Amino acid sequence: MRAHGAVAIRAEHVSKQFRLGKQRNQFPTLRESLTSGALRVVRGVASLGRGRAEDAADPTLLRALEDVSFEVRQGETLGIIGANGAGKSTLLKVLAQVTEPTSGRAEVHGRLGSLLEVGTGFHHELTGRENVFLNGAILGMTRNEIRTRFDEIVAFAEVERFIDTPVKFYSSGMYLRLAFAVAAHLEPEILLVDEVLAVGDAAFQQKCMGKMDEVAREGRTVLFVSHNMTAMEGLCDRLIWMRDGRIAQDGPTREVVSDYLRTYLTTRTETAWLDASTAPGNEQVRMHAARVRPRDGRAGDAISVETPFVLEFEYRPDSAGLLPSLHLFNDEGVVVFNVGPTEPSPWRERRERGTLVRDVCHVPANLLNDGVHRVAFCLSKGNDVVFWLDDVLTFDVRDSVAQRGEWYGKWAGVVRPLLEWETGSLP
Amino acid sequence: MSPEASVTIIQPSRGWVSLRLGALWRYRELLYFLVWRDVKVRYKQTVLGASWAILQPFFTMLIFSIFFGKLARMPSDGVPYPLFAYVALVPWTFFANGLTLSSNSLIANQGLLRKVYFPRLVIPLAAVASGLLDFVIAFVVLFGMLVWYGIVPTWHVLWLPALVVLALVTSLGAGLWFSALSVMYRDVQYVVPFLVQVWLYSTPIVYPASLVPAGWRTAYAINPMVGVVEGFRWALLGTGTAPGPMILVSALAALAMTFGGLVFFRRMERTFSDMV
Repeated sequence: MRAHGAVAIRAEHVSKQFRLGKQRNQFPTLRESLTSGALRVVRGVASLGRGRAEDAADPTLLRALEDVSFEVRQGETLGIIGANGAGKSTLLKVLAQVTEPTSGRAEVHGRLGSLLEVGTGFHHELTGRENVFLNGAILGMTRNEIRTRFDEIVAFAEVERFIDTPVKFYSSGMYLRLAFAVAAHLEPEILLVDEVLAVGDAAFQQKCMGKMDEVAREGRTVLFVSHNMTAMEGLCDRLIWMRDGRIAQDGPTREVVSDYLRTYLTTRTETAWLDASTAPGNEQVRMHAARVRPRDGRAGDAISVETPFVLEFEYRPDSAGLLPSLHLFNDEGVVVFNVGPTEPSPWRERRERGTLVRDVCHVPANLLNDGVHRVAFCLSKGNDVVFWLDDVLTFDVRDSVAQRGEWYGKWAGVVRPLLEWETGSLP
Repeated sequence: MSPEASVTIIQPSRGWVSLRLGALWRYRELLYFLVWRDVKVRYKQTVLGASWAILQPFFTMLIFSIFFGKLARMPSDGVPYPLFAYVALVPWTFFANGLTLSSNSLIANQGLLRKVYFPRLVIPLAAVASGLLDFVIAFVVLFGMLVWYGIVPTWHVLWLPALVVLALVTSLGAGLWFSALSVMYRDVQYVVPFLVQVWLYSTPIVYPASLVPAGWRTAYAINPMVGVVEGFRWALLGTGTAPGPMILVSALAALAMTFGGLVFFRRMERTFSDMV
């Protein structure tokens, strides 16, 4: 936590509405407007662009922001999370004065720089050098400011050799690096950042995050919109969770992230079928419950890549010798593993019918990669599948901040084991 | 910029908004860079580069001279027809290109509009101003023609800067209207070329203003380009009208159109980033 000073941004009851349908998706032709708009013109040109009273019940009206109020102190790093279309980007655009609020008021104290998109205004025919000056001017830097920081910008972007080459010959990585470098050297008191981390290669993302962290540590105010929860946890003190244009939650990062994940990811860490007549099953088996929980916790408790956890299945077999197994899928639908008991004799020898049994599968720490995982449960007898239940459990394996160090991107791979390494010099 | 002093208040603008020309002044460097970009890109992207600035009015002049001058025997106030036409075509080309470019400028720069804040007026203004270099280049050729025809300009040439400003204001005024409209109505991009053509023939370029009955000339000058073209001919060739009622009417018409355009543009500005 850093010490925070005076108010940097204050938003009071900010709302923003868009008109959906024709006017947004498809541009009206003059003829349409001349005919339909003739009446409006008669009512007076003065009403042009003004909000209209009849909008209240209009279904084509999208309320992108509704009654949003919050305060950001100087030096604070505030993250904004939410599903697509929740109003995060609109909020930044209102603060950046790109779009006007429909009602409400906001105050911005100090020079504000926005990174709503990397490379805004870059022209592919111009050289790197020319684009630095152009982009800098677009972002609000004076020529002198750009000149004094020029070498630093170019060095940060690592494009020294190509600075006098038109950017159309740049690789996309070089292009992004240069674009980010200009924006990063804007040195505003308040920086708005929208999803820059969604672009570029791993090394570039790391560099961006490092720079943003540096900006934040210098005591400047940062507002940061992202889907990357790990980045959020690494950078932000406080989070605002936007939902349907409103602030759903505003609080310490860890708290908001876990609440957000619990709601946003439709996870199902525990299912119980209390009524046997509607529970999934057949004449040989009837499900009772399933859950996933940390080895030392309850269903619903967070599971990270470092948490050993168990998968539990409760059912009433009506047939002898049913052997359980499960498929575990990752969020791309890849089967991470398919396992059954290594020593199946207790199941094979099972003779009780109609009694409730519980099978428990232990998954060690440092096996799964982070992300949402789904479980399919299967019972078989010999070579026949007797019962199969898809998506019986869906749960999120969270990333671990402690393991990561400087790197905030997604770790590649279906699994993420911790393996032993050694090193030694050869004679 | 001192940090303590800069507090930005963001709220919906209501009713008639101020023109905020002060903000435009603060963003003069951006204006400079946008002009610079437009010029640079235009010259880089085209094979013939800067020579377009000459070729466009020059070939138009050739065609006009053959068909209107030679074949139709259009009167030219006693001046050789090629010179008569070219003197008019230089400011006209500046005006027509400025109008076309500024009308499309908001659409062409929609990426900027959606992502960054700055006074939107900078965009059409830069589009018009970027034609000034072309104008200067075309003017050099005009100078050569004056020498070729042995015409020595008088002190009247001192009026030229004012006339160029009038052409610029006219171009910007119309461009403001059309660029603001183009955000809402994409038809504008088809309207403008047609309008430029009609405007060309309602301006004394292929014919002298003296063809218009004397009683109607002042009314004729409501088209601001009448004042610009006649002014150019008077200043360089010593023909036509001295700056008098006609040019005054043209100037007033241009100012009215531009002021209206500014107000309209500012009023529509709030919707630009949502519409483009």
